[in-house]
Amino acid sequence: MDQKVTMPETNAREVILDRIRHANADAAPSEYSVIERTYRQKAGMDRAEIQKAFAERLHEYDAHVTEATAETLSAAIAESLRRNNQKSAIVASGFPQQLLPEGFLWQQESSATTEQLNTAEGAICACEVAIAHTGTIVIRNARRLTLLPDRLLCVVYEDQVVETVPEAFARLQPFASEPLTFISGPSATADIEMTRIRGVHGPRFLDVVLVRNSQ
Amino acid sequence: MSIRVGQASEAPPFQKAALPLLDDTQLRKNVRHATNVITRKRAVVVGEQQDWQQLRASASAIKEHTLRHLDHYLEQFEKNCTAAGGHVHWAADADEANRIIVDLIRQHGGKEIIKVKTMTSDEIGLNRALEANGIHPHETDLADMIIQLGHDKPSHIVVPALHKNRQQVREIFMQAMGLKELGDRPEDLTTAARNYLREKFLKVKIGFSGANYLIAETGGVCVVESEGNGRMCLTLPDTLITIAGIEKVIPTFRDLEVFLQLLPRSATGERMNPYNSLWTGVHKGEGPQEFHVILLDNGRTRILSDHESRQTLRCIRCGACQNACPVYRQTSGLAYGSIYAGPIGAILTPQLFDMQHAQTLPYASSLCGACYEVCPVKINIPEVLIHLRGRVVREQQSSANLEALGMKAMSRIFLSRRSFEAAQRLGRIGQWPFVSDGWVRHLPGMLGNWTAVRDLRPMPKQTFRSWWQERKKT
Repeated sequence: MDQKVTMPETNAREVILDRIRHANADAAPSEYSVIERTYRQKAGMDRAEIQKAFAERLHEYDAHVTEATAETLSAAIAESLRRNNQKSAIVASGFPQQLLPEGFLWQQESSATTEQLNTAEGAICACEVAIAHTGTIVIRNARRLTLLPDRLLCVVYEDQVVETVPEAFARLQPFASEPLTFISGPSATADIEMTRIRGVHGPRFLDVVLVRNSQ
Repeated sequence: MSIRVGQASEAPPFQKAALPLLDDTQLRKNVRHATNVITRKRAVVVGEQQDWQQLRASASAIKEHTLRHLDHYLEQFEKNCTAAGGHVHWAADADEANRIIVDLIRQHGGKEIIKVKTMTSDEIGLNRALEANGIHPHETDLADMIIQLGHDKPSHIVVPALHKNRQQVREIFMQAMGLKELGDRPEDLTTAARNYLREKFLKVKIGFSGANYLIAETGGVCVVESEGNGRMCLTLPDTLITIAGIEKVIPTFRDLEVFLQLLPRSATGERMNPYNSLWTGVHKGEGPQEFHVILLDNGRTRILSDHESRQTLRCIRCGACQNACPVYRQTSGLAYGSIYAGPIGAILTPQLFDMQHAQTLPYASSLCGACYEVCPVKINIPEVLIHLRGRVVREQQSSANLEALGMKAMSRIFLSRRSFEAAQRLGRIGQWPFVSDGWVRHLPGMLGNWTAVRDLRPMPKQTFRSWWQERKKT
């Protein structure tokens, strides 16, 4: 689609690489594998504590958190939309259709124009992994969907929540070349007098449904 | 080669630029408030991160390793980014980068672009180059917008408009956006920015960004932000152009687990900033379908060749050293005359210029070391400052000036005990016209530079050595 693009004629590449090699000529080589990583990588909390810590972080970010089990998930989604007076939402590609409750208008992300996303009542998506330590939700693809609508509902399963950032990166490694978005609370700024203001350009409202493992 | 760092080559000396700023009480109040708030927040979230020092050690080791093998990792990044559908360009200096960018925008018939906050574009003076070619850049970061609409200069790496308060922002917005009414609460001002920019996000076809990290292993790019303006620029346009200094490359995807823990805590005092975006080349049906990345040298390889100060290139632009610096907190970033202000700016700016400009910046420090303590990648800024002061002095010595001659004479005197003691005697006699109330407050000629900002104790009547000699006799 961009065969038209012509690359400007320049030898900058060789010039820069030459300068780097020259600058490093008398420095001893080093091995990537011997870089020490003594920072914390594994979880120190048990599962219940991790879930609690994650929920606490979300509350600090003003996200609205509800809990459900696999059996009550559909009802929890319906409840969340009703609380916001939503009658419709746009659904991320790949989100399980059977989870969507009756009585709402669901539109698929793939069929939504940018304008429809911009004026949508809300969006719904799943996540790949969540981090309790930082209150972060990591989403694969769905970049416009999780950005343009003013309200985002994200479903997070208990097994997807890890404690530490390194644990999350280990899980994300297979998707390292995919579009990934790390979301830690609603869009915010502190550019004016360091006062934190919620919702500059991204969604102003973040709802999270935490799905517990069934007993 | 023409190195540019914003308009820093034309800036007045630091000491001169700082004076009027020190008289601006509103500016000092704004800066003090902002740096106090970030410093406090940072202390809380760094304090709770028990492996902070281990993270710092790993981050600096990763950066050092990458710099040592920078050619390898840049080539690896280029290969993987190209394989993923991206176009990689190389620019030896600011002019070349600007030329590439203007050409790319012209090829798409673009008259305007939407920009994510990028220090590197300020470094190469991109906005001026674009405007000279009839292309309008829309800054979309709230603070950058305040600077652009107010025709002002950025004063901080992370919070460029921290020297403006809400009333000042309100005036800028009302005038630039043509609003008749606007409140001055930060909420009102933020909403005004949201409304003003939403239409641009949906309409403009070319996006422009910097990069926090280039990932060699995947050819991917990571951008860290808070507002969502970055995500708008990175995903909605048809074409995306990204500029990054060559030092922004990291070896692997996994390395982000270190930097994404250090950067937000250091920069804004958050455990994690609201949004991190990662993408790799072009993703079918997802985001821009044409992607260009420009790898910029602009003086960086020369810094790499100075083994005592190459650690400067570890910098991840968090701004923690600025907030911690007692000099920056008094003068604001505007005194540094460079888009890179504060301690990191004091070492980065003159080095990018190969010490040909901004020679006063290495002196804009008390060497207290607060910057080193907070630096997430352990750049020993005081050590580099002293090294650069040495380079400035050697540079000046090579041109025969009065100070250099004086220093040479002094070094001869200090070489022999006899001439040293003779000089001491001479000094004790010669100083009396300048001593009043036990202080030397003004010295004549060039020595006056010293007493302009400091008072001296006069030389005592007796040296320790002669007192010791006398004591032994009795």
